[in-house]
Amino acid sequence: MAKGIWVVIEQNKAEIRKVSLEILSQARTIADKTGDPLVAVILGKGIADLAKTVAAYGADKVVLVEDDKLADYSTGAYTSVLNKLIRKDEPQAVLLGNTAVGKDLAPRLAQRLGVGMASDCTGMEYDEANFLTFKRPIYGGKAFAEVSSNTRPVVATIRPNTFALGQQDAAKQAEVVNETAEIDAADLRAIVKEIIIAASERPELIEANIIISGGRGMKGPENYKVLEECADVIGAAVGASRAAVDAGWIEQKFQVGQTGKTVSPTLYIACGISGAIQHLAGMSSSKVIVAINKDPEAYIFNIADYGIVGDLFDVVPLLTEEFKKLK
Amino acid sequence: MNIVVCLKQTFDTEAKIVLDSTGKIDSAGVNLVINTYDEFAVEEALKLKEKFGGEVTIVSMGGDRVQEAIRTALAMGADQAVLVNDPSIAYADEAAIADILAKAVATIPYDIILTGRMAVDDGSSQVGVRLAEALDIPSVSSILKLDVEDSKATATREIDGGTEIIETTLPAVFTAQKGLNEPRYPSMMGIMKAKKKEIKVLTLADLGTSAADMAAKMNAPKFSLPSARKAGIKIAGEEAADKAKELARLLREEAKVI
Amino acid sequence: MNFDYSDDHIMIRNMVRDFAEEVCGPGAEERDEKEEFAYDIWKKCGELGLAGITFPEEYGGIGADYMSYSIAIEELSKVDASVGVTISAHSSLCANPIYMFGTEEQKQKYLVPLATGEKMGAFGLTEAMAGSDASGTRTTAVRDGDEYVINGTKCFITNGYYGDIYVITAQMDKSKGNRGIAAFILEKGTPGFTFGKKEKKMGIRSSATYELAFENVRIPAENLLGQEGQGFKIAMATLDYGRIGIASQALGIAQGAYEAALKYSKERVQFGMSLSQMPVIQFKLADMALEIEAARLLIYQACDLATQHKPVSKHAAMAKVFAAEVANKVTKEAVQVLGGYGYTRDYPVERMMRDAKITEIYEGTSEIQRVVIAANILKD
Repeated sequence: MAKGIWVVIEQNKAEIRKVSLEILSQARTIADKTGDPLVAVILGKGIADLAKTVAAYGADKVVLVEDDKLADYSTGAYTSVLNKLIRKDEPQAVLLGNTAVGKDLAPRLAQRLGVGMASDCTGMEYDEANFLTFKRPIYGGKAFAEVSSNTRPVVATIRPNTFALGQQDAAKQAEVVNETAEIDAADLRAIVKEIIIAASERPELIEANIIISGGRGMKGPENYKVLEECADVIGAAVGASRAAVDAGWIEQKFQVGQTGKTVSPTLYIACGISGAIQHLAGMSSSKVIVAINKDPEAYIFNIADYGIVGDLFDVVPLLTEEFKKLK
Repeated sequence: MNIVVCLKQTFDTEAKIVLDSTGKIDSAGVNLVINTYDEFAVEEALKLKEKFGGEVTIVSMGGDRVQEAIRTALAMGADQAVLVNDPSIAYADEAAIADILAKAVATIPYDIILTGRMAVDDGSSQVGVRLAEALDIPSVSSILKLDVEDSKATATREIDGGTEIIETTLPAVFTAQKGLNEPRYPSMMGIMKAKKKEIKVLTLADLGTSAADMAAKMNAPKFSLPSARKAGIKIAGEEAADKAKELARLLREEAKVI
Repeated sequence: MNFDYSDDHIMIRNMVRDFAEEVCGPGAEERDEKEEFAYDIWKKCGELGLAGITFPEEYGGIGADYMSYSIAIEELSKVDASVGVTISAHSSLCANPIYMFGTEEQKQKYLVPLATGEKMGAFGLTEAMAGSDASGTRTTAVRDGDEYVINGTKCFITNGYYGDIYVITAQMDKSKGNRGIAAFILEKGTPGFTFGKKEKKMGIRSSATYELAFENVRIPAENLLGQEGQGFKIAMATLDYGRIGIASQALGIAQGAYEAALKYSKERVQFGMSLSQMPVIQFKLADMALEIEAARLLIYQACDLATQHKPVSKHAAMAKVFAAEVANKVTKEAVQVLGGYGYTRDYPVERMMRDAKITEIYEGTSEIQRVVIAANILKD
């Protein structure tokens, strides 16, 4: 009695966020096992063309909800719309990316639906008894919890870069359904007045595939230029440890760690970072870790796949040159 | 102004995590503190009280030891507290915690509810927003700034790649992000006065409910520890230039990440 | 005898520990190197209520017990012994004699701003010829109408220059020896009161240590503290309580050095094992731990007596001499455990070792402490 796996597709100015496609790809393999229809749900304005993309990644059905009030994400409007659609169709599961939107929308939606929710999952498997079980990091990644829900739909947010993108097939077709947005007045008590996006060519930290971070060894704000030059050659995001942020060398939004952002890039290059446990909490799920540090005893060398003992101000510019040669 | 702060007591972020013989997270000998993000919420509440007058009430859930965390918030300047301490609660997931806190909060007058955006132990980031839904009031999560005026508030919220300004009616729930403020140290006088402030301890029955009604919607979790990440290699080489060259090669050919 | 900390003590320790680590810690090494006094840290201590811990609320204090005071000094000193002594000298050596011997007017005028941290206090007893032997006091005070005229110099004065209020001793009648000494309250800025040499020291280098000079300094008669001739007794009573502060400073220094050695010994690997796995190092750490524990208990016993206003002279002297000697032993051993690294400024233990030495000297040398203890045990 298949009922549907829903993936809420996050989009910004008609560009789909990579994490939504990652989840869709993984959900496709689960839907193939369970026989549930895989449904991509997109809210927004001017989003009609996005149906093609999600179909190419395996969605069986695309639900489009176009409305001026949905042009930009807002908690109330999105919760209201999704709640009504979900109560109507009763899917088995609803999945979202663990992004700023996901972290805000999913719990509000789960509470309105009266169901449990698994946050920031780094693993998702089909399970006969519970439909889906999830693996998620706790205590800053120092432990893991395996969780499942005893309510339906199962709601979960998935950490970006957890699942690989599946193969795109432009020939794949999906049923496209247009729904009207039903938004209660009570859901418009909090409204977005202004959105300020920091102009940056570099990838968003929590989604970046490559991150180059600087810590106490950076010794000053102007020195981040060295990392930025490297970042721009390899398409990386720039991060920082708490020590550098607290010293005022770089803004808080670049902080990776327990009280900063949690990242899971394919490659994390830590420069002048000792490897305090709180920093590790933010980046220990990186696939490959490189450490560059003057201090041979620095703890970070214990968890780095590759380490260079040396002055980052010597090594990083040389590395930048080597990366240029590889392009 | 009536300000409520929902606070959780968590392990110190420095704590080593081990599993006990039953497979649960072992709390023996662990230093317990106010959840980092809830400290920002307490501080913001105190600033609002300083500006508008009124009272700050701490609301929390848990066993006797939570009183230590509550007392610290009282020492910072909060006025009184409500603690839901009921041994009949076997396992409370985020939904159950939010439902129980909602019942406790409903016993107090509130204009603004503040809490941290996330607990550093479960890392779920759910309870604050769920609480707002349970109370049927708006929520603004991950705030970096809060301005309050009569019965509305303007908050700066952190989003991916930037910020947004949200205007909301009150009452509302705001979840605090790092950068909202610098939490104050409790002063010596604050510490001495804290023991005279009331911590009302309630059971679920006192709140007109029961463990069965506040049941968790997630199954009790199974815990595991990560496999230790092993140290890799330190790249040898005469000069920095040799090391850099070798690293680039390894990243391309061996790790295949560039 | 209850060996538990009260909830207040635990909260105080946590607060001061956090404050010390977050505010005093980051610049401690640099301040030590540059011999820079951190006036802003002193102000923050005042704001947190650390300047008047034991004084009653009616005088702007916190009304807490001596153990709370000891805990605060210890936690500050663990991170920066210079900050610890700034608070200790201010509270015990300046505010406390005014509290113990001052008139109501003097308490309102001077104790209140000292206890709230609005003003900083210092104690001017020591002179070139009056170290352990206070009868060598050469600073003079002469009554002239409704004023006293002070002439002389003081040296090695903690919180000098930055201090606003000074309790000083002066000789009024040499023929009476110690019984001719009187104590006075003196404010910075009084004409004729100037500061001389800033002392360059081995340790506690960011504590302000200055010479005071008095040239025909005129102060109102109301600024006499206690009675004429009572000055020596006031100084001795002041030092009795002050010794609890210094003992706590020494304890903090020892604790800080011990924790640094403990942490390092777990991380440093030589001969294929961590230092902490070697019996030689284990025994060093064990001795540190046990001596610190003993010092702690002696201090808390003195605190208990002080809080109850019971005679504290013997126990304060015992606590001070013991804790100071422990601090010197432990810091030296901590440098040894850290080896070459411990000798460099990259680690704090060399500073702690330099800081520890003064605790065996000021507020009564270890030799004088033994004189005090012997006098107490032999008088019965």
